[in-house]
Amino acid sequence: MTNQTKYETHEHDVLIIGAGGAGLRAAIEALAAGARVAVVSKSLLGKAHTVMAEGGIAAAMANVDKADSWRTHFRDTMRGGKLMNNWRMAQLHAQEAPDRVRELEQWGALFDRTSDGDILQRAFGGHTFKRLCHVGDRTGLEMIRTLQDRGVQLGIDVFMECTVIRLLTDGNRVVGAFGYWREQGRFVVLKAKAVVMATGGIGKAWRVTSNSWEYTGDGMALAYDAGAELLDMEFVQFHPTGMVWPPGVQGILVTEAVRGEGGILRNKNGDRFMEKYDPKRMELSTRDVVARSIYTEVREGRGSEHGGAYLDISHKPADYVKQKLPSMYHQFKELADVDITKGPMEVGPTCHYMMGGIRVEAETAASSLPGLFAAGEAAAGLHGANRLGGNSLSDLLVFGRRAGIGAAAFANKTSAPSVDPAQIAEGERDMLAPFDRGEGENPYTVHRDLQEVMQNLVGIFRVEEDMNKAMGELEKLKQRAARVRVEGSRLFNPGWHLARDLKSMMTVSEAVTRSALARKESRGAHSRIDYPKLDEQVWGKQHNLITRDGDRMKLQQAPVDAVPDELRELVADDK
Amino acid sequence: MADAILEVFRGNQETGGAKQYTVPIAPGMVVLDALHYIQANLEPDLAVRWNCKAGKCGSCSAEVNGRPRLTCKTRMDALPTDKPITVYPMKSFPVIKDLVTDVSWNYRVNKKIPPFTPKPNTDWKMYQEDMDRVQEFRKCIECFLCQNVCHVVRDHHKKEEFGGPRFFVRVASLEMHPLDNVSRAGLLKDELGIGYCNITKCCTEVCPEEIKITDNAIIPLKERVVDEFYDPILKLVRKIRGTAKAD
Repeated sequence: MTNQTKYETHEHDVLIIGAGGAGLRAAIEALAAGARVAVVSKSLLGKAHTVMAEGGIAAAMANVDKADSWRTHFRDTMRGGKLMNNWRMAQLHAQEAPDRVRELEQWGALFDRTSDGDILQRAFGGHTFKRLCHVGDRTGLEMIRTLQDRGVQLGIDVFMECTVIRLLTDGNRVVGAFGYWREQGRFVVLKAKAVVMATGGIGKAWRVTSNSWEYTGDGMALAYDAGAELLDMEFVQFHPTGMVWPPGVQGILVTEAVRGEGGILRNKNGDRFMEKYDPKRMELSTRDVVARSIYTEVREGRGSEHGGAYLDISHKPADYVKQKLPSMYHQFKELADVDITKGPMEVGPTCHYMMGGIRVEAETAASSLPGLFAAGEAAAGLHGANRLGGNSLSDLLVFGRRAGIGAAAFANKTSAPSVDPAQIAEGERDMLAPFDRGEGENPYTVHRDLQEVMQNLVGIFRVEEDMNKAMGELEKLKQRAARVRVEGSRLFNPGWHLARDLKSMMTVSEAVTRSALARKESRGAHSRIDYPKLDEQVWGKQHNLITRDGDRMKLQQAPVDAVPDELRELVADDK
Repeated sequence: MADAILEVFRGNQETGGAKQYTVPIAPGMVVLDALHYIQANLEPDLAVRWNCKAGKCGSCSAEVNGRPRLTCKTRMDALPTDKPITVYPMKSFPVIKDLVTDVSWNYRVNKKIPPFTPKPNTDWKMYQEDMDRVQEFRKCIECFLCQNVCHVVRDHHKKEEFGGPRFFVRVASLEMHPLDNVSRAGLLKDELGIGYCNITKCCTEVCPEEIKITDNAIIPLKERVVDEFYDPILKLVRKIRGTAKAD
């Protein structure tokens, strides 16, 4: 029997890679549909990036602003995304988010309340109405704990501290994954009838980022390796407000809720500079606009002491600040010696979120490969060229659930998976090679150099010359990454782990750079100094699509689906 | 810039010992930054758990100069530099490698706790004043420092019969949820062994989220157990009225 391998093997109907909000929500739904479900995560359960989400979940519940509706949420999302969004995803998201939030509450989540006893909602950038359901500034923690407890109670198998290193395929159908336990370094085969990618983003390829070590683009790279399509990889969100000082905390997120609660941005001269860039929405403009504005102020010599902008909430009562922004209060007090109830914070842009990713169908979250689904940040489409704050947590819930349904339905009608031992052997060989090299670079050095290249050459403002240079540098880095040497044993060895993660980061970095070079316009988070305007005639009508062609990365364009007539007037200009 | 000496445990449950590293100090540096410096420049296989580096995920717990801390929130400039800064793994859990410990016991305890069970036909109205005390418990980031420092676990090794402060906090968040409808008093008494806690408040002292674990979670839960199991009059009244839960 060809399915026999010498490795520890598990078999499930649905394998979910990633245990953040999207992965756990998918698991809960697949389990409810009767599937046997396993969730694999690189970290311990409950530590995924979702835990760091702060400001809230966007859902048009109209608890505070009665005029809100899914239509307005749809419009805000599409216009925030500069109409690069998959309109159907944006519609489903806006329609279903309120139910997904209520569901969390029914599973035990405790959101802050209005005086009527309903879920309280706060203002956020790009949202017409007060729309973000929240728990102070630790909404993500509430969400992941609720999903984690629900999933465990229902009986999902959780494989913690396990890294997937390749998808297993039968023809072009995905039939599972091959990975290793980080703790012992032993390999493991995870057979499944359907796989859901819920691995999050790619921020660790940049030097200044709000993302944790896990965010190395694994899901996108694994899907790409297996033959899936990656969509609009040029759209990388730089959050306007990361910490800038002291050096060790550079990039750590400062929630948009500071601005949602009334925080004001000023430059070193005390000017409220957003008056110049977006007088209507000011600090609550979309993230792409605010990030560029801060960057421009700094570049033109009006930055704060350590090269950022000042963000001030100290005009609000101290007790209010501590109640609504408790973790920001502690973060600045403990890490930066700043009391935010008394004075301003220093903030600057930080690489935060990936709008691009695995191309999926709106209804089912199915990728272009049979048996492979994707949800959350690993998937593309909902957010277009720029994501609105609060739309990520709702994305995880809406499309996590849909991916769970889609994957369980696929598993239900498909045959038992058969894995190819040659693929496993190849995965093992690649993984162990860094131990066998007599000499070679430390993976940390290569990672640091990659971060410098992406930070300096493929950052907030982009230009052809820089990106061409980046392509050359990436080619060299790819060679270096392929020759790194790992010291020590296979037991919990971070250097070894990084050597694998580097490969994923190389793939996504190249995809981002190629896509960004191709898009000769500025749209949402993608800002070209050499093409500063929107180009509605050409680029307004097409996506970038990355696929693997042998060892080469192939870039093509695909048309943007037209918004149907009944929704078109919703997204039209005000006038 | 000045240097610091870090004395870091290297090894596993069976063998190992402290090893010293010299690390340059940068402004505002935290202990986790120093550990990352060691990984990137001196010893790439130094095993450390971390995620957010912002005090939100609770992954990077260790014992710094003998005190259980999140290394991402422990400033180097708050520690004396005239002697090495010691960094050891949490003592109450088996060492897997270096600073990484086996915390799987915590996940097993968690599975014993009956989930949130809403009252039937609720309208889901809840008021902030009823939720404030529960939201305090929901701040827990599961760093397990309270579990690590609790003497019932640390010194008396009662992992089989005891749940530990983290899970008393979790039970409190369910028991005091305005809409929850089941009692976990029996679980607290029997399976989680709340009686072993003699309220020395070690857990409260180390909580990075400043949850008043002993005063706000454990003591009220102990009272519920007493009410439900040891108060003869209340017990009789409940039996007659058939009330499911102490309130």
